[in-house]
Amino acid sequence: MDFTFSPEHEALRRMIREFAENEVAPIAAEIDREGRVPFEVLHQMAEMGLLGVCFPQEYGGMGAGEAGYCILMEELGRICTSTATNVGAHIGIGAMTIYLDGNEEQKRKYLTPLARGEKFAAFLLTESDAGSDAAAIRTRAVRDGDHWVINGTKTFNTNGSFADIATVMAVTDPTLGARGGITAFIVETDTPGFEVGRHEDKMGIRGSSTAELVFEDMRVPHENVLGKVGEGFVAFMKSLDMGRLTLGAAGLGGAQAALDWSVQWARTREQFGVPLAQKQSVQWMIADMATEIEALRSLVYRVAWMVDTGQPFTQVAAMCKLYGSEVASRAIDRALQIHGGLGYSRDYPIERAFRDARIAEIFEGTNEIQRIVIASRIFREHGVRISP
Amino acid sequence: MDFALSEEQKMFRIMFEDFSTNEIAPIAEEIDHEETPPLNVLRKAARQGFLGATLPEEYYGANLDFVSYALLIEALARDCVSIAVTLGTHVSLVAMSILSGGDDAQKEKFLPLLASGEALGAFAMTEPDAGSDTTSLETKAIPDGGEYVLNGVKTWVANGEIADAGMDTLFLAFAEAPEGITAFLIPADTAGLTVGYREPTLGLRSVPFHTVYLEGCRIPMANRLGGGGEGREIAERAHRRMAITLGAAALGVAEDSVDVAAQFATERVQFDVPIAEKQAIQNFIAESATEIEALRYLVYHGAWQVDHGDNSAFDASVVKAFSARVARCVTDRMVQVMGGYGYMEDYPMARKYRDARALGVMGGPTELHNVLIAQDVFSAWDVEITP
Repeated sequence: MDFTFSPEHEALRRMIREFAENEVAPIAAEIDREGRVPFEVLHQMAEMGLLGVCFPQEYGGMGAGEAGYCILMEELGRICTSTATNVGAHIGIGAMTIYLDGNEEQKRKYLTPLARGEKFAAFLLTESDAGSDAAAIRTRAVRDGDHWVINGTKTFNTNGSFADIATVMAVTDPTLGARGGITAFIVETDTPGFEVGRHEDKMGIRGSSTAELVFEDMRVPHENVLGKVGEGFVAFMKSLDMGRLTLGAAGLGGAQAALDWSVQWARTREQFGVPLAQKQSVQWMIADMATEIEALRSLVYRVAWMVDTGQPFTQVAAMCKLYGSEVASRAIDRALQIHGGLGYSRDYPIERAFRDARIAEIFEGTNEIQRIVIASRIFREHGVRISP
Repeated sequence: MDFALSEEQKMFRIMFEDFSTNEIAPIAEEIDHEETPPLNVLRKAARQGFLGATLPEEYYGANLDFVSYALLIEALARDCVSIAVTLGTHVSLVAMSILSGGDDAQKEKFLPLLASGEALGAFAMTEPDAGSDTTSLETKAIPDGGEYVLNGVKTWVANGEIADAGMDTLFLAFAEAPEGITAFLIPADTAGLTVGYREPTLGLRSVPFHTVYLEGCRIPMANRLGGGGEGREIAERAHRRMAITLGAAALGVAEDSVDVAAQFATERVQFDVPIAEKQAIQNFIAESATEIEALRYLVYHGAWQVDHGDNSAFDASVVKAFSARVARCVTDRMVQVMGGYGYMEDYPMARKYRDARALGVMGGPTELHNVLIAQDVFSAWDVEITP
């Protein structure tokens, strides 16, 4: 047993923290206000190799593993959840699908520029009638010679409006459903028939782009089938497992920021002749935050270690997502309470972080879906299969 | 970073779980009902080396690392939290305090007694007016001709009396000496020591919590643990170890509660389906399992810290506060999953629920640990806060 980070991971964290504090923090409020994706930051991260942090060096990545990726998400989550969202959609689910299920040629052609940050990725799954019930998608891919013709509409696509490469889940055999009837494709977004539709106006993570995408007779070569025909659902679920873990890491960063702000404020703000820090009501909020943060930290990095050492992690990754999002939401809620009116003011970062934190309980599988994933594993051990 | 248990630790864990299943599970209900410490099982545990779990072999200990010891406590608590608390008090509070703070003569004299189960360790700190606040103690230790004379009343002394049958009690008691709070090793047969009232408790019913009277007890210098005035440090270090120990107990009771209730949910049919099919039940199970996994490596991390010197006050309090909450919430939800059966003493869940509640009170209530956590967080900003 060894609970210490390697010197490489320590160095990586220092590098990312410095970058996040110097380059991301100054623009975090602005991109939220203006609702724009901070490409200047993303390009800098690409130059630093961070957009391929977890991928092997042979595919243009940094080779820092899942633990390295969690460090990245934690540090970004501390400073700007929008930026963490852009990066997570790019690495954690977009490029990850290609890394996990792509063949050698697909990895060379698509993963490598994504890992280098020369191109951006998106992961297109959700539809208007297929959210938690992802197998209910209707986007249809029909074989036509050595191409597939794809028609349909995807909603709530993070990075979808600007991605160069997208992984798309479509129905290839309507008679078979999730197991055998759904296929994943790699799509170059300049393919004719790929259209960007409406942009969503969101409560938080406003510095990320969420768009509707419409496919009209979009022709995708057969060689861009990701994995095998009919196995797309499983491929997408594997990426989501990975993404869930790193949402826990981003939540860890967000919760830590909430704690740090709260401590700073409580030590200087005086009421009834003493700093708030001397009031047990405030001390307890601080203690609860700190305690949950430590529990979350041990969960996140232990699951990262499980991924990096090739152990099964579906259930515990769902726990990271569920617990991480709730810890972050509770922490920022307490921070808002400690800051009182200032916490509610848009002049201070608490208000933005409060809005930003809420999404993590919803996207990449609602927390209700995470609970089903967790419970189904437990009941399976007791010989009972449950359905969502 | 490596979260894996070693092959040896994995092997120990199987051994601990076997012991608990074979020796503890069959008597857990009975000892709770009869409110008696299970002397036979404690002797068997002694033969396995558990009573000297973390003591070196030269003192007849099993020489376990603290992580393995935490696995032992976890395994025992799955079947019986009372036993885990009795053992934890004995090892974490008493034996390890002697190991880390005693001189050679004390180690040679007392540790083999504790490891072999000839004596069971009892921890006497709390007083009627000193619970969370132990900054000053009413129990006084007055130097007198190369000895100390102790007078005072200690309450809630865990393992206070292990009745008859040839197992003695060794008290680690704390008293206010002229140099400050000082620790003393006091055998049960010391003149002037009387074991009094046994607290009737909600849970942990086989752990004897007693009031202990010290009336003119003459304690030789040889039985002073550490230097004069070093009692506070000894107690704090013991409490940091105990926080991890109780955390491991919380982990065990929470895990087994989910196992028991999940199994129940697969068998219990309502509205024509097993209640496992109901999302309300699934949510209870999923939230509990998530908290357990979040707790698991907090506990092992704390134990690993002990193995690497000493765990920090912050980490100890985090484990203590979080584990107590998890044990309480999980057992509460699992009572709910089992409905009336969760409330019936014929089933183990009611006992687990009663036992788990103690974890938020003993070893410092959660409220005290919250203040200690906040104290540590604010100290990084040079803000001093007091409980």
